[in-house]
Amino acid sequence: MNEHEILERFVRTDPRDVGCDEAIAVLHVYVDMVAAGQDATDRYPGVAAHLAACGPCGEDFAGLLAAVKSQQDET
Amino acid sequence: MTGPELDDVAHQAADDAMLAILVKRAEFRGDSRFTTWAYKFVILEVSAKLGRHYWRNPPVRLDAEQWNRLPDRLGLDPHQHAEAACIVAEIRRVVDTELTAHQRRVFTAIVVDGIPLNALAVKLDLQRNAIYKVIFDARRKIRRALVAGGYLDEPGVGQR
Repeated sequence: MNEHEILERFVRTDPRDVGCDEAIAVLHVYVDMVAAGQDATDRYPGVAAHLAACGPCGEDFAGLLAAVKSQQDET
Repeated sequence: MTGPELDDVAHQAADDAMLAILVKRAEFRGDSRFTTWAYKFVILEVSAKLGRHYWRNPPVRLDAEQWNRLPDRLGLDPHQHAEAACIVAEIRRVVDTELTAHQRRVFTAIVVDGIPLNALAVKLDLQRNAIYKVIFDARRKIRRALVAGGYLDEPGVGQR
């Protein structure tokens, strides 16, 4: 990655980004879709954009998905 | 965080999540599995607890030097020190002159000082979304300035 790409990534914002509140509001639905192999990004593009950009929400998504998959593995 | 401290935070998060689930269970609409909906409260409680925990033993910072470390935090090539220094100087100029005082405070804390977003939200008594929005707007301003200064070639996503 060159200097411009690093800089671009640093200041990139996505107009589809719905923000933390909207993303968290549907996070359980989004995670269930991902865990089931459905295209959550297509149904919730603004949530996908947010989870890719927001570190804390991205971590919450990863944590919830891990919990759901762990449960799937047990059943 | 390890050992008894980790266990303590985990138990607190579990207790508070259980309370939240009991209070909100009437709001469950069946649009996901119930367990996924319930787990979400646990995850959110853990995030909030970790944000508060950060301030129990925050790392010592030398504020004047944090800007000098920004190239490393961004992953800029140290062998291109001169260009990296120019980029950081321009970002700092925008932060100092074009951001509002609130944007400057939040941006510096998160991006320059490396304070976790959840921890800053606790300190400023703001919701996570409010902090994120400030950073989002600050990035847009910085991007516009970097394009105007010739550091970025063309507008990209986010120029709304």
